[in-house]
Amino acid sequence: MKNPLDSLWGTVISGLVLTLIFYNVVKFAMH
Amino acid sequence: MMDFIQLGIGRWLHILSGVMWIGLLYYFNFVQVPALAEAAKDGTGAGITKHVAPRALFWFRWGAASTWIFGAMLLGKNFLAAFLFTNQAFYAIGIGAWMGTIMLFNVWVLIWPNQQKILGMVPATDEQKARGRRIAFLASRTNTMLSIPMLFFMAASGHQGVFFG
Repeated sequence: MKNPLDSLWGTVISGLVLTLIFYNVVKFAMH
Repeated sequence: MMDFIQLGIGRWLHILSGVMWIGLLYYFNFVQVPALAEAAKDGTGAGITKHVAPRALFWFRWGAASTWIFGAMLLGKNFLAAFLFTNQAFYAIGIGAWMGTIMLFNVWVLIWPNQQKILGMVPATDEQKARGRRIAFLASRTNTMLSIPMLFFMAASGHQGVFFG
């Protein structure tokens, strides 16, 4: 599998996915 | 007065330094790396690597250091609560602080030492340069990726009610 960090779009999308994951983790931990 | 210096001036300097750091990080990833790839085809990259990259790296790495220091100053007595997630009020900033800390590590331990080899500031064999180029590239891309959630949680930290309900 190609490393997503090799492309700029792969990097940005990975960042957005991480944001979504951490957002839900923090939201879950708060409630 | 102490609050004004720690939480007011500290926040201002944290954001100023952060713009310097992340602005240059985006310059490297969105502008310089693609430009150098293009320049390699016609051999015109020397001006960038000789005159631009060392200056950009100077402000980049010291911007990273001062962003972290002013961030730590802002957290003050809540530093451990943020990093250890012992208080809900600091969950969002805790995530941001951890990401910022990992990114600072990447700058000083993985990017800067390898860039010195790549740019010929310290002696290195061709093999070491090639390996260093890949490590610095991936560390820089990792930081670009991490900057996206990091900035989300920085923005959320003062507005947890809005962001997390």
